[in-house]
Amino acid sequence: MRVRATLYSPDELIYDKDFELDLLNAIVALSNFVIIPAMSYGAQLALGALGVTLIYGILRFSNFAHGDTMAFGAMVTVLVTWLFQSWGISLGPLPTALLALPFGILGCMALLLATDRVVYRFYRAQKAKPVIFVIVSLGVTFILNGLVRFIIGPDDQRFLDGERFIISARTFKEITGLREGLAFKTTQGITILTAVIVVALLFWFLNRTRTGKSMRAYSDNEDLALLSGINPERVVRVTWLIVAGLATIAGVLYGLDKSFKPFTYFQLLLPIFASAIVGGLGNPLGAIAGGFVIAFSEVTVTYAWKKVVTYVVPEDMAPDTLVQLLSTDYKLAVSFVILLIVLLVKPTGLFAGKAV
Amino acid sequence: MNSAMKNTLLFAAVFAMIPVIAYYQGWNAALFVLNMGLISAIMALGVNLQWGFAGLFNVGIMGFVALGGLAAVLVGMPATPGAWQAGGFGILGALLMGAATIVVAITTARHMRRGWLRSLAVLAILIIGFLLYRGVFDPSVEAVEAIEPALTGYLGGLGLPVILAWPVGGLFAAGAAWIIGKTALGLRSDYLAIATLGIAEIIIAILKNEDWLSRGVKNVVGVPRPVPYEIDLQNNAGFVDRAAGFGIDAVTASTIYVKLLYCGLFAFVLVLLLWMAQQALNSPWGRMMRAIRDNEVAAEAMGKDVTARHLQVFILGSAICGIAGAMLTTLDGQLTPGTYQPLRFTFLIWVMVIVGGSGNNLGAVLGGMLIYLMWDKGESIGLEVMEWITVGMPDGSALKAHLIESAAHMRLLTIGVLLLLVLRFSPRGLIPEK
Repeated sequence: MRVRATLYSPDELIYDKDFELDLLNAIVALSNFVIIPAMSYGAQLALGALGVTLIYGILRFSNFAHGDTMAFGAMVTVLVTWLFQSWGISLGPLPTALLALPFGILGCMALLLATDRVVYRFYRAQKAKPVIFVIVSLGVTFILNGLVRFIIGPDDQRFLDGERFIISARTFKEITGLREGLAFKTTQGITILTAVIVVALLFWFLNRTRTGKSMRAYSDNEDLALLSGINPERVVRVTWLIVAGLATIAGVLYGLDKSFKPFTYFQLLLPIFASAIVGGLGNPLGAIAGGFVIAFSEVTVTYAWKKVVTYVVPEDMAPDTLVQLLSTDYKLAVSFVILLIVLLVKPTGLFAGKAV
Repeated sequence: MNSAMKNTLLFAAVFAMIPVIAYYQGWNAALFVLNMGLISAIMALGVNLQWGFAGLFNVGIMGFVALGGLAAVLVGMPATPGAWQAGGFGILGALLMGAATIVVAITTARHMRRGWLRSLAVLAILIIGFLLYRGVFDPSVEAVEAIEPALTGYLGGLGLPVILAWPVGGLFAAGAAWIIGKTALGLRSDYLAIATLGIAEIIIAILKNEDWLSRGVKNVVGVPRPVPYEIDLQNNAGFVDRAAGFGIDAVTASTIYVKLLYCGLFAFVLVLLLWMAQQALNSPWGRMMRAIRDNEVAAEAMGKDVTARHLQVFILGSAICGIAGAMLTTLDGQLTPGTYQPLRFTFLIWVMVIVGGSGNNLGAVLGGMLIYLMWDKGESIGLEVMEWITVGMPDGSALKAHLIESAAHMRLLTIGVLLLLVLRFSPRGLIPEK
């Protein structure tokens, strides 16, 4: 600024600086209300969609129980978190839930292996049609739904503790002197970081390890994989274990970021399926891309743009409405419309999944 | 024992439950369960058409039922005075403009050559169309919702006899089913399930949030009836005399009389639809449907248009659910969007079809009546069971309170377990397909 200031007359300088500040304010507001929330929501959806897509790739059906699997894993984590909190164990600035997460994953693994043993294995042996699996998974959905509500109740549960913000809106304003604040919640930071680590681990596992390779082989061509001596039951078991991990992490991150309420997990099913299908069912890379596509569309379409637009356009053009394309009550409709468009235009998804 | 005798016995057993309920809780409660059972049987008939005949998996029954309920309001309720002048025509115009935008966008996409220019043109049309639509829509909605929001604040209906809403509800549901079927049929079977799940949630979201249409969560009460009101009967000297002749007091007599009239109407619709479904099942069309279900590839090789037939049967089945939804709202006398739960209106219907016997219309009807009975009485039984389990625990213990409080959620669990058990051990249901 100072260097350029010499080139301008004082009047021009004020105008120019105001405009630049406005633009900065607009960018900050945009990051605060759109980019950061959409990033963390996208990461949560991506983790959920990865679970759906893995089940689809290996077991070849759409698992309607995935939302409630997430709820179950998150519930175990919540209970263990409460236990730790009552013992006075904490992670300092980080949420105690991170410490409880491994227990949640273990609980979820036990649950999924048990359902596979009791429910799905029978139909696998029969080589039942995929639609039968879907119906059965709906049955499992409602059992899990009932179980979770029975244990923890249908209400909102809080289990977040530790530092709330990495940067709070006020600190940001004080540091930068801007009018708009930028809040970066701890949960958002944890979500994005965890998602990156989990995805990196997953891809390393799928591409580098023997078990991972056998999973991909089984997913690509079942008969060929069987001929090469891959044990299908082992592949299925490992898949359930990975899915339990992914589902629990996604469920806990979502619960930390928003709040834990059993019914919201059932409603997450639609955006998660939309993410998986947009990316191409059965394709892990697609699931991640799909998660972010859905999250960014949902947030941008339901965000009231008034603030950002007011900063950017000249004063007399400032909008007097909220500039909101769709009320937040219809955020489900966003995933749905994207889903319909993908089904109409490119049913295999952006990354060419296996299903048509 | 031959199958006809077995079926008769099964139906007799279910109907015998009605006097049992009457004995414990009075005829009013018994007839209520019977009426709801009849409506459930109609829904099950519709789902059986889709699943039993064609193997289509519809997870959005709730949405089609709710559309039927909306039809009851839009047809039966009187128009709100001044609402149409204030903004009704604006809303209608905006909706037409929205539809026109989509049509123009699609024709442009069809007629232009593939490339970035086409994408740009379609996008521009959609954006301009959307802005115009919002420009007309928003002020009109505001105007309509400003009219006595505590009492009306919505457009109201056409003020026609509410019976007309039943076929209209079917048409509404058929329209929604056409959109879904056009997109998701012909792809993998899972996609239909996901798409129907989505449309159901969105229909409920619309009913809850579009106050100008359905008053949202403020509910529409006082939907007109096709039968007389109890209070009028009680003031009718002739009716009171006849009731006295039977030895019942006028209040009880009037409530039972009204429920019997409903029962007659519902039974008529059920028998009509059942007859039609049976005719369809035994016609060449029905045989073709089952052939497609059992082997799509072979049917396609024989020159059958599988996707078109699926679309047809999907629309028909959804329409039946819509009819049942309109009947339900008529019986309730109110539209309460908050009460549409996937468990009650999607999943329970599935259990009815599968327990009754998918592919068999009589089975669907039996399942509908039986499962509704169990559902209705399950709540109190669940509570009693839980009280019996916790009887040894000390009063006031946290666990006992928690268990009794959670007894309501046991229904979710029980129904899920029931479905899995039937699917596993008796996949053909009580009255199997012939």
